[in-house]
Amino acid sequence: MNREQLGEISRKYGALIVLILMVVINAIVTPNFLHINTMWNILIQAFSVIVISMGMTLVIATGGIDISVGSTMALASIIFAKLLIEYEMSFGVSLLAALFASCIFGAFNGILIGVFDFQPIVASLILMISGRGIAQQFNNGVVISFYGNKYSAIGTYRIGGVVPIQIVFILLVVLAAAFIVKKTNFGLYVQAIGDNKTASKLMGLRTTLVLVGIYVLCAFLAGFAASLETLRMCSADPNNIGLNVELDCIAAVAIGGTSMSGGRAVVWGTLVGALVMQLITTMMNMNNIFYAYALVIKSVIIIIALYLQKEKES
Amino acid sequence: MGNEYILEMKGISKSFSSVKVLHEVDFRIKKGEVHALMGENGAGKSTLIKILTGIYSRDGGTILFDGKEIHPADALEAQKAGISTIYQEISLIGQLSVAENIYIGREIKKHGAIDWKAINEKSRELLAGLGLDIDVTKVLSSYGTAIQQMVAIARSILIDAKLVIMDEATSSLDDDEVKILFNIIRKLKAQGISVLFISHRLPEIFEIADSLTVLKDGSLVGEYRTADLTRKELVSKMIGHDAENIVEVKRTYRKVSGEEYLKVSDIQSGIKLKGLNLTIHRGEIVGLAGLLGAGRTELARVIFGIDRKDKGEIWIDGKPVEFKLPAHAIGHGLAFCSEDRKVEGIIPNLTIAENISIANMKEVSRFGVIHHAKQRAVAKEYIEKIRIKTTGTDQKIKNLSGGNQQKVILARWLSMKPDFIILDEPTRGIDVGAKKEIEDLIREISAEGISVLLISSEFEELIRNCDRVEVLRDGKNAGCLRGEEITENNIMSLIATGKVETGGGQSE
Ligand SMILES: Nc1ncnc2c1ncn2[C@@H]1O[C@H](COP(=O)(O)OP(=O)(O)OP(=O)(O)O)[C@@H](O)[C@H]1O
Ligand SMILES: [Mg+2]
Repeated sequence: MNREQLGEISRKYGALIVLILMVVINAIVTPNFLHINTMWNILIQAFSVIVISMGMTLVIATGGIDISVGSTMALASIIFAKLLIEYEMSFGVSLLAALFASCIFGAFNGILIGVFDFQPIVASLILMISGRGIAQQFNNGVVISFYGNKYSAIGTYRIGGVVPIQIVFILLVVLAAAFIVKKTNFGLYVQAIGDNKTASKLMGLRTTLVLVGIYVLCAFLAGFAASLETLRMCSADPNNIGLNVELDCIAAVAIGGTSMSGGRAVVWGTLVGALVMQLITTMMNMNNIFYAYALVIKSVIIIIALYLQKEKES
Repeated sequence: MGNEYILEMKGISKSFSSVKVLHEVDFRIKKGEVHALMGENGAGKSTLIKILTGIYSRDGGTILFDGKEIHPADALEAQKAGISTIYQEISLIGQLSVAENIYIGREIKKHGAIDWKAINEKSRELLAGLGLDIDVTKVLSSYGTAIQQMVAIARSILIDAKLVIMDEATSSLDDDEVKILFNIIRKLKAQGISVLFISHRLPEIFEIADSLTVLKDGSLVGEYRTADLTRKELVSKMIGHDAENIVEVKRTYRKVSGEEYLKVSDIQSGIKLKGLNLTIHRGEIVGLAGLLGAGRTELARVIFGIDRKDKGEIWIDGKPVEFKLPAHAIGHGLAFCSEDRKVEGIIPNLTIAENISIANMKEVSRFGVIHHAKQRAVAKEYIEKIRIKTTGTDQKIKNLSGGNQQKVILARWLSMKPDFIILDEPTRGIDVGAKKEIEDLIREISAEGISVLLISSEFEELIRNCDRVEVLRDGKNAGCLRGEEITENNIMSLIATGKVETGGGQSE
């Protein structure tokens, strides 16, 4: 194997190599790491980031970015809990309302970006700042808790008493994202727009529609993740839910190998990236590493992952 | 040292992921000569140059430049050694002024601050030396491609280049601009600077090149003095067999009596279009001739719904239409293959198959789900039909040679089976052999009833293919030529004076 081939392998599988490394390191240093319950817990904790980063992968593939997903989570969470617990509406109606509200946030981003040509980071900054405020308004910034309520078991439900419900949704969302990217016209258009927007327009692609659709989809996933998180925690805390989640999602996408300037979407890479992010956090928490060090170690691992798959001219 | 060669490359090899694209190529250029590098699309010309300029690393071989062995690891190092490259796509910075572009990286300083007066003054002198009198304080992007290229050349003189490389630098210039560029090349030559010149336009080669090297499939065919070769001999060296029916100029015009398909009347838009008229019948090939800026591309963009018109009307099949988006025009059976392949054509990271089918996904999908086998089949058909040189349907388009990328984009539009196709410089960057195949294909589709608007700066292309040629001049119709009237002379005098020397030529 020569250097060129090695380069190609590291470029293609860089994220996977880092993931395997993280597993091996954890297996050595983290107590009880290889226990099945630890694995489930890691996946449960990674749930939001995995689900939302699937939407983020598509957003980034269009050459955009959405930093408002944390605020969208706050909005969905509080609307869901408020309707379900305080107004005692049905589960279905509450959930739909939360998802619908999230989609409105997404449409707001999408319209600014797709129709009015705002820069994505600026457009989504608007809701990142104001969205959480809007969410807090719904319950005056007060947390809604519902421990011991009839809904409080849903979020921790395990299928057959074994597999956490989050795992099922992770699988569904990742498979759906992979299907969209690999198999659908929509997925192809998303990547084409990110790769060359001018050419995409000139060949008649409806770039505006695709962009609005993609931001709505991303916000929908954020709303969905927030709803399930709310059920799991038995509380809706608009001040804290989803704080900094956008950063973890963006890092997951970057580690996964999707170019920040748009183009090819690497869905499985994002999944691996999200797991890497979670394993770092787990390692830090379970080994009682000082938080400030943890952040530094996190960045070092991200740099390694990005370096491994740096596209170089042959 | 009395070495007469400025550049000697020996035994250069290069592979891209196990596909060998250069096989021990020897290549050399004398001091002060204009040397052309010739070969079909994908022969390896650009790759050889990118190895020389440090963009690609070589797998084997040596490079002697000015007597010294060099290993350029990046473009900057090559530049320091004295190699300057003018790309087809301008690599300067559009937002900076002309003078800034020339002097960036080697600013003149006075008391520690940049001396703008001196820079502007020197830039003006430098350009004047090249016969160019322009305002150097204006931003570069306010000038056309030709001037931008000349600014790049001025910069290479400033950095003491000993070799100036021009990879298809003329492909987006019109006749007059090529003349200006050639004058500059002669001036460089007179100063002892060598020029490496690549172009698929044979007349240019015979006009400017002293000697030339031919590559085929990544191997050296030979080195020749241009004066020793005929056009036919050169072409047969490039394609590897006899070139009988490729180099002839054969007319194919027909009298088209189909019904009227498109009618455009009194189109005005911005400062470029000042009241243009055009009619095209079903199955007719109409050429649009004119200088850059005459309004040819602008007219096409208005018809296709990319730009707005201020005044005038467009009818299709007798019904007035107005497209607000290209998508609407496409829905109406129109297609538009743009002249700017890089910005308006290719989707670099998608595969060939995806690039061909993407504008027409309904043909290769059901309920929005892609049928990959069908998508590849369409690609295969065109890879064979117009001989796209590739490792397969799933190769990324950005890894194809320039001419082969152009063929993929043509395949995209032709495979849509439109009623009407606008081809803006369709054979730009395409080699002589493939040019013939593409022209054959254009005539083939027109025989099936598809109307074609062919925009071309190459008179021979218009003469060979068009039933009628409409000449534009300064945003207005200058005249119309049909059949036998379509000659180089007539087109040129219509462009220059708005009149033909003898007979006919009234616009309708
Ligand atoms: N980055 C790359 N990766 C893989 N293959 C490449 C890459 N660059 C070039 N090639 C291949 O190398 C061959 C030579 O390409 P090159 O661009 O040198 O041709 P060329 O002679 O300049 O052709 P043209 O006249 O079309 O510009 C082509 O078959 C092309 O597909
Ligand atoms: Mg080339």
